[in-house]
Amino acid sequence: MTDTAQLWLIILALGAGSFGLRFVFLGIVGNRDLPPWLLRHLRYTAVAVIPALIAPLVVWPAATQGAPDAPRLAAAVATFAVGYFTKNVLAAMVIGAAVLIGLNALI
Amino acid sequence: MAGVGIKSSYWRGFRDGVPFLAVIIPFGMLFGVVGTEAGLEIYETLAFSIVVIAGAAQFTALQLLTENAPTIVIIASALAVNLRMAMYSASITPHLGALPFWKRAIVAYFLVDQTYATAMIDYETRPAQPVEDKFRYFLGVLTPICPPWYFATLAGALIGEGIPAGLGLDFALPIAFLAMIGPMLRTPAHRIAALVAVILALGFAWLPFNLGLMIGAVGGMVAGARAEVALGLEP
Repeated sequence: MTDTAQLWLIILALGAGSFGLRFVFLGIVGNRDLPPWLLRHLRYTAVAVIPALIAPLVVWPAATQGAPDAPRLAAAVATFAVGYFTKNVLAAMVIGAAVLIGLNALI
Repeated sequence: MAGVGIKSSYWRGFRDGVPFLAVIIPFGMLFGVVGTEAGLEIYETLAFSIVVIAGAAQFTALQLLTENAPTIVIIASALAVNLRMAMYSASITPHLGALPFWKRAIVAYFLVDQTYATAMIDYETRPAQPVEDKFRYFLGVLTPICPPWYFATLAGALIGEGIPAGLGLDFALPIAFLAMIGPMLRTPAHRIAALVAVILALGFAWLPFNLGLMIGAVGGMVAGARAEVALGLEP
């Protein structure tokens, strides 16, 4: 691979496409009012997309070729629990990373 | 004292963005390392991070590149990973839509998972702040997130294969998102949305082109909206 022309086509197409996706509503809709049903769905965008993105990464980590991994699962549970109960994002990240590194060192 | 307001909005955002350095630096370096290992030149890996500026999509594209996938499949898959950006764009528009066109273009370029999630928490906590303050807050948030993403990518590409395996760097992204999601689950409707999204994403993970992610995301949004109506929750 590393056909240079193919690589740059991919980089530029992804750049243009990603900017387009980010700009489509912000740039075109502007400050016109959006309908309530749309706003009601958009309130749940982040809490739907982010869990859908990470759930497969937690259960089937790419680093273990998709095999469930006890340290990663434990770190995921610890991170979520600390974030949920303390509302402290940094504390959740630090404790989650500590659990992962600690368990990997023990095993 | 408008000056104090300007300063405090930017720096409040900056402070809220700083914790993500702990994620952005290892994750950006990981992308640099993986890019070098995939055979990319250093400037090509760096261009990826500057032009595309979307970690998950970049990793998807690199993965498929190493598998010699067709160009159109690589572009379509990585953009599918990024479809959530359109939802972020729509969801942040009620807060920032009143900005001038060029400022909306700046926000759009820097609209990534971390800047979006951090800004939305602030905008929903302080809905009454003027739109210019919201913009300054956004600039503050992106400062410790986006430029470090470029520099970390460059550092990772330079280090190349020098980073030892087994540090669990691959798990930096899930840990970052897991830490962010807990505080966002404010109401039963938010919790239902997240739960449905997880179940659907896992159940449809076998689908190609990240369609499982899209099904989980759309299903979670619909479930959250339905739950809000059914439970009579105020937004």
